[in-house]
Amino acid sequence: MKGEGFLTKNISNFTHTLESVILTEDLCHAPGLLQSLDSRVKVVTFVLFIVTVGLARSLAILGTIFVLILIFSFLSKVSLRFFLKRVLLFIPIFTAVIALPALFITPGEPLIAVAGKLIITEQGARTAVLLFLRVVDSLSFGMLLILTTPWTSILVALRWFRIPSLLVDILGMTYRYIFLLLHTANSMFLARRSRTIGTLSSGENRRWLAIALATTMAKSQHLSEEVYLAMLSRGYQGEVRVLNDLRLKRRDFLWVAFALLAAFILLWGNSL
Amino acid sequence: MHIPDGYLSPATCGSMYAVAVPFWYLAVNRVRKVLTNRTVPVLALFAAFSFVLMMFNVPLPGGTTGHAVGGTLLAIVLGPWAAVLGVSVVLGIQALFFGDGGLLTFGANCFNMAIVLPLVGYFIYKVIASNSEATSPRRLLAAVAGSYLAIVAASFAAGLELGIQPTLFHAADGTPLYAPYGLNVALPAMLIGHLLIAGPVEAVVTGGVFAYLQRSHSSLIKADAPRKKEGKLWLLWGALGLLAFATPLGLLASGTAWGEWGVDELKNMGLGFIPQGLEKLAGWWPAPLPDYGFPRMGAVIGYILSAVVGIALVAFLLWMLGRWLSRKSLAKQESSAKEASIE
Repeated sequence: MKGEGFLTKNISNFTHTLESVILTEDLCHAPGLLQSLDSRVKVVTFVLFIVTVGLARSLAILGTIFVLILIFSFLSKVSLRFFLKRVLLFIPIFTAVIALPALFITPGEPLIAVAGKLIITEQGARTAVLLFLRVVDSLSFGMLLILTTPWTSILVALRWFRIPSLLVDILGMTYRYIFLLLHTANSMFLARRSRTIGTLSSGENRRWLAIALATTMAKSQHLSEEVYLAMLSRGYQGEVRVLNDLRLKRRDFLWVAFALLAAFILLWGNSL
Repeated sequence: MHIPDGYLSPATCGSMYAVAVPFWYLAVNRVRKVLTNRTVPVLALFAAFSFVLMMFNVPLPGGTTGHAVGGTLLAIVLGPWAAVLGVSVVLGIQALFFGDGGLLTFGANCFNMAIVLPLVGYFIYKVIASNSEATSPRRLLAAVAGSYLAIVAASFAAGLELGIQPTLFHAADGTPLYAPYGLNVALPAMLIGHLLIAGPVEAVVTGGVFAYLQRSHSSLIKADAPRKKEGKLWLLWGALGLLAFATPLGLLASGTAWGEWGVDELKNMGLGFIPQGLEKLAGWWPAPLPDYGFPRMGAVIGYILSAVVGIALVAFLLWMLGRWLSRKSLAKQESSAKEASIE
C-alpha cells in the first residue's frame, strides 16, 4: 500500500469505529423490550443464552435460537437490516475461511461432488454450518446486549456482581479515553494526509507510523498524570463511588423465568 | 488471534477462565502496590492507547497490511503485570463492543494475548537487555526479539486450544462440535501465520516505537538496576509452566517413541524373536499409570491428567533433591568455616 492510500485507510478505520459506537448509544434509549429490563438481569440471562448456544449440539436448536434472536431484536426496535448487517459485518472473515475447508476434508458420506474430484461430505457440511451458526448466535447475543444497554448500566451491573471495583473503574475510564485517543490519532493522520503529495514508500510510512504511535503513547502518559491530579483534586481516594438505584420489577422476574425455561427446553432438545 | 464464541467448547472456556483468574489476581495486587492510587488513570489511559494501537494499519512490504497487539511494548513501559491488566481490559471492550473475540472465550483470549504474550515478551526482553543502557541498541534488539517471540508464543497457545477441540468434543458420529481441525492442522496454521505475518508486524511496530522512545522519551523506558535473583527464578518457573502447557502436543504423535516399544509392539514390528531377557523383565514393574493414562477415563483426559501428575511428581522429587543438596553444601560450608576459625 502506497502513500495516501495507507493514510486514508487508517482515517476511515478510525471514523468508522467512532461512528458505529455513537449509533450504538442511540439505540440504548429506544422504548423496547430489552431496553426496559434491569441491566443485571440482562447480563445474567444473556450469559445463560450464550452458554446454551455453546452447549447446543444440533443445527435445529441453533436455528431456533437464531429465530429467537430475531424476535428479540424486533421487539427491541432494532431494525432487522441494521442488525443483520452488523452481525454479518462482525463475523470475522476467518470463520468463513475456516469453515470452508471443513466441507471437504471431514471424512464421511459424500453429499455433493464439486468439479468431479472435490467431494463435500455430509459430516463436513454439518461441521461447517454448525460452526457458522454457533458463531452467529453467540455474536448476536453479545451485540443485542450492547445495543440495548447503556455502558454505564453494564458497569453498575458488573460492580454488583462483585467484580473488583478497580477493574470496573479501569474499564469505564478506558472506554472514555479510547475516543479521545482515537480522535487524536485521527487528527494526526488527517494532518499528515493533507500535507502529502504523491506517494511515499512503505518504509517511510512505517517510520512515520512508529513516530505517531510513540507520540500518542507519550501523550497518554502525560494525560494520565493530569487526569490523576484532576481526580485527586476532586477528592479521589482510590475508589469510585456510584449511585446505585437498581430495583427489580415484575417484568425482570418474568424475563428470568422465560430465559430459564427457554434454555431448559433448548438443551433438552440435545437428547432428542 | 481473537477467538470468537463457538470455536471452543464451554468446558474449555471455563478452564481457561480458571487459568486466567489467578494471573489477574496477582496482577491486581502487584500493580496496586506499585501505582497505588494512580492505578486507575494510568492503566485506563494506557489501555486506551493499546486499543488505538491495535487499530493502526501497518503497511508491510509486499502491499499487505496488518495490525499489532502491542502487549510487549506495554509490558516494557508499564511492567508486565500492568500490561496483563491493560490488555485484558482492551480485549473486554473489543469483545463487548466490536464482537472481536467472544464473551465465553474471553478467558482463553486473555490467557493468550494478555497473559502469555506480555509475560513471555517481557521475560525475553529482560534476558536480552540485561543491564544495558536505556538507549543502547541491545535494548532495541531485546524489544524486537521479545515482541516477535511473544506473539508466536501466544499463537501457539491459541493453536493448542483450538486444536484439542475435535479430539475432546465431538458428536456420537464423530462430527466435530466446535473448531473442526485437530492439532496437526490448527497448530501449524496458527504458527505459520504468526511467524510470517503477525510476528513481523508486531516486531516492526514495537521496534519502531521503541527506537523513537529511546531518542525522545527515554524516561519511559525503565532501565532499572538488576533485579533480585528471586524475580528471575519466578520467570523461569513461568517458562517451565508454559512448556507443561504444551503437553497436549504428545497427543499429536502416533505410535510409541523410538526405542520405547513394548514387547507386543516389537513382535508386530517384524522382529522375528523377542530377546528372552526382555520378555522376562517386561512385566516386573506394574506401572500405576500404564501408557500415561488413568484406567476407565477418556484417553485424552487421562493423558493430560497423567501429565499433571508426572510433572508434580518430578517437581517434588527435584525439590527434595535440591533441599538435600543445599543442606549438604550448607553443612560443608559451616564445617569448613569452623575449621577456618579454629585454625
